[in-house]
Amino acid sequence: MEDIINKLRGVLPAERILSREEHLVSYQSDGLTAFSQRPSAVVVPETPSEVIGIVRHCQKHEIPFVARGSGTSLSGGCLPVQDGIVIALNRLDRILEINPKNRWARVEPGVVNLRVSEVAKQHGLYFAPDPSSQQICTIGGNLAFNSGGAHCLKYGMTTNHVLGLKAVLANGEVVEFGGESLERVGPDWASLFAGSEGLFGIAFEILLRLLPEVTERHTLLASYSSLESAGNAVSALVASGLLPGAMEIMDKLAIQAAEAAVSAGYPKGAEAVLIVELEGTPEELESEQKLLSDVIKSSSPEETHVAKDDIERAKIWKGRKSAFSAVGRLSPDFIVQDGVVPRNRLGEALSMIQKVGLENKVSIANVFHAGDGNLHPLIMYDGREDGSLARAEKAAGKILEACVEMGGSITGEHGVGMEKKQYLGTMFSKDDIGLMKKIRRAFDPCEIANPGKMFPDGEAPSLSLYGLHPLEKSGTISRE
Amino acid sequence: MQAVRSTPSLLPTGGRTKNALVNCEGFESLELTDLSGVTDYDPSEYVFTAKAGTLVEEAQAILHEKKQYFPFDPPFSIKGSTLGGMVACGFNGPGAIRYGGLRDFLIGVSFVDGRGNLLKGGGKVVKNAAGFDLPKFLVGSLGRFAVLVELSFKVFPRPRAFRSLRIDSENLSTGLEKMLRIAGTGWEPDALELMSDGTVFLRLGGTEKALVKRSSTILSELGESGEVLPEDLALNFWQEANAFSWTPKDNILIKVPLTPKRILEIDSLLPKFVNRRYGNAGNVAWLAWPENEAIVELGRMLAKADLPGLVFRGKAGMPNIGSWTRASVMGDVRRIFDPEGKFPPLS
Repeated sequence: MEDIINKLRGVLPAERILSREEHLVSYQSDGLTAFSQRPSAVVVPETPSEVIGIVRHCQKHEIPFVARGSGTSLSGGCLPVQDGIVIALNRLDRILEINPKNRWARVEPGVVNLRVSEVAKQHGLYFAPDPSSQQICTIGGNLAFNSGGAHCLKYGMTTNHVLGLKAVLANGEVVEFGGESLERVGPDWASLFAGSEGLFGIAFEILLRLLPEVTERHTLLASYSSLESAGNAVSALVASGLLPGAMEIMDKLAIQAAEAAVSAGYPKGAEAVLIVELEGTPEELESEQKLLSDVIKSSSPEETHVAKDDIERAKIWKGRKSAFSAVGRLSPDFIVQDGVVPRNRLGEALSMIQKVGLENKVSIANVFHAGDGNLHPLIMYDGREDGSLARAEKAAGKILEACVEMGGSITGEHGVGMEKKQYLGTMFSKDDIGLMKKIRRAFDPCEIANPGKMFPDGEAPSLSLYGLHPLEKSGTISRE
Repeated sequence: MQAVRSTPSLLPTGGRTKNALVNCEGFESLELTDLSGVTDYDPSEYVFTAKAGTLVEEAQAILHEKKQYFPFDPPFSIKGSTLGGMVACGFNGPGAIRYGGLRDFLIGVSFVDGRGNLLKGGGKVVKNAAGFDLPKFLVGSLGRFAVLVELSFKVFPRPRAFRSLRIDSENLSTGLEKMLRIAGTGWEPDALELMSDGTVFLRLGGTEKALVKRSSTILSELGESGEVLPEDLALNFWQEANAFSWTPKDNILIKVPLTPKRILEIDSLLPKFVNRRYGNAGNVAWLAWPENEAIVELGRMLAKADLPGLVFRGKAGMPNIGSWTRASVMGDVRRIFDPEGKFPPLS
């Protein structure tokens, strides 16, 4: 470790190179709390030129690095690497420019997601990607992991709202991809960089697309006596030709947790709740509301409630947005999954999850983006209990394998990171992964940018992960 | 795969509607129009998968039957463009303003690289964060990185009805202000095109009843300086846009991405003999350059203005003119896809 500290001297003023244990501890995990790794040091740049200097320094001395925003990654995306440093980007938190007429914002990576919309609001604009962690997560992290949220079906993910970026690649080259225009010529380099999980370099300036604020919203909450009925309601909505801004489902366990945590006022005893939100012009909503109401009525809900104003709307969403952290009340620990299945197979997927939970003796709460088939099973365990995490991980692996078997994906929005890298081979062939690895090395020949993430270890990716993670077995990482 | 492995220099081609992009001396054309057909389509999943040689018009007819569509309005569909050509060129039509362009709707690709390997990127579900975003990267790659074989798209429910408005203005400057206002207010334009004389063409999509109210609100807000277009005139306008038939015959056609704030500047720099339109709410200039005028002049003008241009129809030397971003890593990545240089270079 001292060697790295020595190598870092001069890169930044000493007070911004953290090396004392009590400082490093805060960086040793991210949202995937099952794993931790103490970095050798944390550096805290304040300007783009400092970021460029640090990365070039790392490249010269072959120091592995992990860029980090707020550390909310649920896939271990900013879990530090052994004998590596963390580059904390929180002080690059300036909104550099907003151009309301051309509808874009130029921001630094440490800007908190929600703050972009808060500042754009005065111009009647907003930033569409709304992950549930948006009050904390940063744009840099959103870009690296192509963050999603509840409104992805209609509005897309982070990459669909990134116009361009400036970055320092891990090979030291400073690049500018994309630009202010919504139109491009040639291959889409900015989109290749987006979602590259920190394996290419660090973006120090990001150009975001802003949309006109939604004029009107119509938010409905419906409760059902079974998850199947809620799922059928979603199918009927899709068949009706409506394109809601959001369609979310929570199961009984998730509802109970959310109610205990934030008292959102969800109907008591419901097996499932469905939140549907329509967005659009007042004239279109007038017609669409009627259609929505008819479709929901035919789906035999137990109760329905339409938000009368923004306060009620916020209350409906409060339960859903706090679901993950609320589950922390039911269980000391949990793993959040992020699989995707074709929407038509949601019912089948939920039965599968229930079965996997029973087989592995773990409780699983379910929250999911019903419109796009993105599941979030919250697999509960107690880290103090022997074998509990192992059972949870076995369940997690089974669920991921099943998602891919059904024609879906191992990750809808959290990214592969560290958590799911061993499963990348279930979706892509050896040649596909080989190409991605080569592309990575074009940007990062020494493999110092977030190494050990996304790609499976070893020659042949293993198809399941039980018990201790390979890095644990080797003593490289440990868990609390 | 075999064709790529056995041919030293080749360029994939489809319907040849963007003919300047497929005429490459020294490169054999790999005709892909027979590689066609829908391989997977479930309207309830919002996902449509088909082989790259499938005609865009055919794909759109199949979607239309199920009340779905490609919101980004691919150009040249009525002239025989293919899905592969559509993605390789990466062009958006007027509809891109509402929900996004082609890049926002391509979710999966199968392709053959320069070594003849069949590879894939993305997937067949609308939400997927696994692996690098190769589908989006290949949008606009002009057949210079890979041969596209099969493509998966996210599709949307088609609006029940459309209505088009023509908004008149005294000049381009006033028209630009009106266009910006329409784009920046929550009126949800489905298409928004600005003519060089300042006339704005606006399309709305939704339900019949709401469209009547919405049109009247917009016209009233903009000072009653326009009208709702009768259906036949509207259809004619959007078809002309799709086929670029508003451009003089035998002109060289060029795409220039730009931003609304630069429209007046660029418009004043362009010689009067250049027909032009500003599409996608002022994010692209479509230019028609007479064949007898030296295209190199346009290249110089764009380079000075720090703008790229892509020549896509007519006779020109290289398709890319003006100022294109360069970075060493771009060449490195290209060599990964095509280590033996089988596909034409981009510049």
